[in-house]
Amino acid sequence: MGWDVSKGLEGLDHNAITGRLEDVVRWARRRSSWPATFGLACCALEMMGAGGAHYDLARFGMEVFRASPRQADIMIVAGRVSQKMAPVLRQIHDQMMEPKWVISMGVCASSGGMFNNYALVQGVDQIVPVDVYAPGCPPGPETLIHAINTLHEEIASGEVLRRRQQTGAGAGIHVGQRDGQPEPQAVSVAGKR
Amino acid sequence: MSNVHAMGTDEGTQEMGPRRGAGARELMRELGCVLRMSEADAAALADQEPEEDEETTILNMGPQHPSTHGVLRLMLELEGETVLRSKPIIGYLHTGMEKTGENLTYLQGPTNVTRMDYAAPLFNELVFSLSTETLLGIDEDIPPRAQWIRMLLCELNRMSSHLLFLATNGLDLGAVSMMIFGWREREETLRLLEMITGLRMNHNFIRPGGVAADLPDGWRDAVLRVLDLVAPRLEEYDVLMTGQPIWRERLQGVGVITPDEAIALGATGPILRSTGVAWDLRKADPYLFYDQLDFGVVVGSYGDCFDRYAIRLNEVRESMGIVRQILDAMPAGDYRIQDRKVTPPPRGRIDESMEALIHHFKIFTEGFKVPAGEVYRAVESPRGELGCYIVSDGSSKPYRMHIRGPSFVNLQTLPHMLRGGLIADAVAVISSADPIMGEVDR
Amino acid sequence: MPDTSNDAGPDAAEADGDEAAAPEPERRYGVLVSHSRGQAVLHPSRDELVALVRDLRDDEGFRVCVDVTAVDYKAYGSPRDLPPGIEPERFEVVVGLLSHATAERLRIRVQVPESDPTCPSLFDVHPGVEALEREVSDMFGVVFEDHPDPTRILMPEDWEGHPLRKDHPTGEIPVQFKGVQNAR
Repeated sequence: MGWDVSKGLEGLDHNAITGRLEDVVRWARRRSSWPATFGLACCALEMMGAGGAHYDLARFGMEVFRASPRQADIMIVAGRVSQKMAPVLRQIHDQMMEPKWVISMGVCASSGGMFNNYALVQGVDQIVPVDVYAPGCPPGPETLIHAINTLHEEIASGEVLRRRQQTGAGAGIHVGQRDGQPEPQAVSVAGKR
Repeated sequence: MSNVHAMGTDEGTQEMGPRRGAGARELMRELGCVLRMSEADAAALADQEPEEDEETTILNMGPQHPSTHGVLRLMLELEGETVLRSKPIIGYLHTGMEKTGENLTYLQGPTNVTRMDYAAPLFNELVFSLSTETLLGIDEDIPPRAQWIRMLLCELNRMSSHLLFLATNGLDLGAVSMMIFGWREREETLRLLEMITGLRMNHNFIRPGGVAADLPDGWRDAVLRVLDLVAPRLEEYDVLMTGQPIWRERLQGVGVITPDEAIALGATGPILRSTGVAWDLRKADPYLFYDQLDFGVVVGSYGDCFDRYAIRLNEVRESMGIVRQILDAMPAGDYRIQDRKVTPPPRGRIDESMEALIHHFKIFTEGFKVPAGEVYRAVESPRGELGCYIVSDGSSKPYRMHIRGPSFVNLQTLPHMLRGGLIADAVAVISSADPIMGEVDR
Repeated sequence: MPDTSNDAGPDAAEADGDEAAAPEPERRYGVLVSHSRGQAVLHPSRDELVALVRDLRDDEGFRVCVDVTAVDYKAYGSPRDLPPGIEPERFEVVVGLLSHATAERLRIRVQVPESDPTCPSLFDVHPGVEALEREVSDMFGVVFEDHPDPTRILMPEDWEGHPLRKDHPTGEIPVQFKGVQNAR
């Protein structure tokens, strides 16, 4: 049984026992991943709305927004990142412990949004590796929850790590907007979303 | 393309020196600028150096910190837990919106400015539209229904912004359930705004010439439903917070500012009204049809955080009263001015009339031209006086578009309110100033 | 209303022989005033600014300074709307004042030349302009003399250039929009 220790549990060549262990670990990770507060602008209000009573992130184990990045798993970059804020963003991301994931919430975080100018970083993927991009200006709580659920599914299936190896940076999954949909949409890993 | 390696993680060199090194002149400007301290007093103050064995700590709060007020960085000089001096450092959300505004037409302008004060986006759109209309010379010709719809939306937005304040104020002081309650009410208001404008936030609904669309069917029932829902819950908040001893202990006497200080520092909105100055632009310098409505200006007396909290809570009640009056008084008519040079034609007409097609094309690509000139208009946003100064050179894009953000000026009161308090009070004071960093940094 | 009792500029001398004499430029509080869309605008020189604002605060009741901003007129495509006798310069510092007692507003526009982009600071008269003046000097490069903290406020400390000047680029990245494939 080979084990590339530097890669942690992912480096194990799995046999029947460690494969199960891996699944358990991934199950635990997706059930209780805590977001770090990185609300910057308008998207932060929708993120707080997602934590509120109508949309309730607590059912996904995520209602505890940790202020300290040491205790957080997911960094939801909610809002526009200015030139002055970019080093701070990097510093907070660096302070988070592995395993960590990044959701880029909103168009300003994903690509600079409508502000294609000197003041904003045109996409936080220039600074931190992004795993899920959620579109919208701002994305409503439903879209954010869809992005979070997608990330959870990818964590549970191991897809996010496979994609990270492919891209060399974040997993880079794009989700669609879900605001105003009349019926709830099921989230599935395989196939188009 | 990532220049992460070259980028240091130091946040910049905006320092604050310890008080020990501050000379008499600096102290006089810092403390005496509003107190009109004499030079002799300032010199005496400079001579009172702190004791040799009392070291002061300079602490950095932010720009990422759990207080949910966005990216405000605060440098605090502390002696133990007491704040001696403080300096707010901003610019972490600077988006270049004023520069962007020079590249967008007047029809696209509200999309840009609406994201400045993102808790009350309709006010930004309103003040931009009012400035544009004044420059165009059509501000008297806007149809009454459009103005009443604007007032309705603005008062609903004031409610949702103050509910946001109540929620975050509660969260900052430890009343976590208040966060959930405030957001619950805010959700209902946002759903109502979504029904009317199509979006929950950043609506781009109030445009030069009127509003983007008429009120949908069933709006009266929806508005009444929200009003009937929120009113008893405000009573619950009175029970949960206003009368509660812990709440009072934490807020009363904290962050006191006097009327002269507030006026000298340019504070407006609830901060100014908490000191006893009854200045509300809706009453003093009415715009739209506020002079036809009956509402009160809520004024405090002590200038502390509790007054600011109570003012905003009661302003929600006043806004609900205004909305009820608007429900009764809403006139029929156009929701935007019929001047085809400014307003796009109805979509159906585009298929029928070549002229309508050309107008639609010109308005959406080139934009309508605004005569040269400059104007400043102001409205009363939930945070204070929100002003828009536009300079036009006769083209279809503003030559210079400047928004006077109330939070930007109100933040200057923070060092005065924080002085002498504890760090825990600092959280309460920042929360009671209710800054929205989008309009501070623009 | 033209005030004929002051020593205005060249118009007074020309009025004698000229039949259709140019009216005296209007003055208020000792400086030239113009009107823009019904709002009164004063035009002092840089040297007169602080004294004017102080008098307005102490004697006329304009206790609130609402706004300090600036405009870069370098690319302005229209004739400047200035009263006769005022030399247009590249920068204008615009100060807004408000009187609580009368609900009256005043705007002050000061011409600031490009060759000497300085302006006296109003901090000692209205402490609330501290952040506003810092923003103007950050965005336009107009230096306010005697300002207590003349550092950049919105841009990072080491930023070069003044973003709201007309010769500072917007900094856009040219974007070619293509159809988004495989959006989930």
